[in-house]
Amino acid sequence: MRLLTHNMLSSNIKGVTNGFPLLIEAEKFIEKTVDFNPDFLKNMYPKIEWKALVSAATSMGYNQLPEEVEPSMLESEEFLKKFHHALLELHLEEGALICPETGRRFAVIKGIPNMLLHEDEV
Amino acid sequence: MLGFLATEKERERWVQDQSYKHPQIFYNDTEARKYTSSSRIVDIQAKLSERALELLALPEDGVPRFLLDIGCGSGLSGETLSENGHQWIGLDISQSMLSVALEREVEGDLLLTDMGQGLAMRTGVIDGAISISAVQWLCNADKSCHNPRLRLKAFFGSLYRCLARGAKAVFQMYPESLAQRELILGFAMRAGFAGGVVVDYPHSSKSRKEYLVLTCGPPSVSTTVPTGKGEEGGSSSDDESSGDEDNHTVSISDRHRPRKKMKVSKKDRKWVLKKKEQMRKKGNIVPPDTKYTARKRKTRF
Ligand SMILES: C[S@@+](CC[C@H](N)C(=O)[O-])C[C@H]1O[C@@H](n2cnc3c(N)ncnc32)[C@H](O)[C@@H]1O
Repeated sequence: MRLLTHNMLSSNIKGVTNGFPLLIEAEKFIEKTVDFNPDFLKNMYPKIEWKALVSAATSMGYNQLPEEVEPSMLESEEFLKKFHHALLELHLEEGALICPETGRRFAVIKGIPNMLLHEDEV
Repeated sequence: MLGFLATEKERERWVQDQSYKHPQIFYNDTEARKYTSSSRIVDIQAKLSERALELLALPEDGVPRFLLDIGCGSGLSGETLSENGHQWIGLDISQSMLSVALEREVEGDLLLTDMGQGLAMRTGVIDGAISISAVQWLCNADKSCHNPRLRLKAFFGSLYRCLARGAKAVFQMYPESLAQRELILGFAMRAGFAGGVVVDYPHSSKSRKEYLVLTCGPPSVSTTVPTGKGEEGGSSSDDESSGDEDNHTVSISDRHRPRKKMKVSKKDRKWVLKKKEQMRKKGNIVPPDTKYTARKRKTRF
């Protein structure tokens, strides 16, 4: 699972009011090279929760993202490359995602988060 | 009854064994592999996905979009999205199907999830969604705790929330009856979607395909339901297109039109009796033949 997906996920357990962001427990992560596409990044940028992306990247060992961002930075190739790497090239392979409100763990196995809820969580 | 199973193979299995009701059980390791190694299925699913992507009508500006593939299975439908340059997340309830997707190294991210529990996504972040041969599964009550209505409501409600305003979702589906189609459509509308059903090749038993085309937001000029294919006799092997009636697409606004050509013709009483006899020979428990067997049902609209 890439951080792009992590940035969109929000725990939907019954009763949870703020299920975002899910905390990352990274046991194993990998990097895969993906074609660089500035248009996609610019399209995604307004939808990204930046703080969550920064801390997710940090938990995967990547510290190059700036803490603060503004749209004008999208003009910088250097910034876009970092954004690209964090968003699309870092994969959580094994570990867990943890609901920030309830502490419920969603296991991640072979890169696939198991988001199935128990009957009493629906 | 069998219409909601996507392929003939699925239908055969259904007839043979009623326990194949739950997608997690139906799409087990063996079935997931068989499904994905059938070149016929691969071909059909690719065509359906192409058409769904076309109906999604994304802006033609070359910008890759961020899409969902709901009930992505082994990734046959998602591959079409990758081929068209898009990024996607595939959601499926079957671990076996997702394992095959992993083996096939699909480019999208995968989530093991039950759409009937609602999508665990933030608000307004998704550019569009496709779902190929999957949504009809929501109409089953596989477990005692499953209420199809609640599941449809949770699903469409959460989908509406996570889509960007103006975004579309296209579902190719196999509802088993008119009532089931109305049920699915009804819950989509109640969630706030505008749109309707597009039927391609409505008068062909083989090529007929249904797509639920939904737009997030109130109806506007751009949310009119597109027309389906099959007007120009496109499917030459079409054995049911004879007659004076225009071979038009049926969109939801046409639903008052009498459906003269429902597919009952082939599955008449003789056919049913023969099938039942075959089942008995295989040692299956089959209800006795009575005067009600394969009787004509009243068409209700
Ligand atoms: C006919 S397959 C289609 C797979 C893929 N879209 C394709 O075109 O090849 C239907 C898929 O829907 C999935 N499915 C059924 N019910 C589901 C649910 N409640 N949530 C998520 N996926 C579901 C099944 O596991 C199966 O993989």
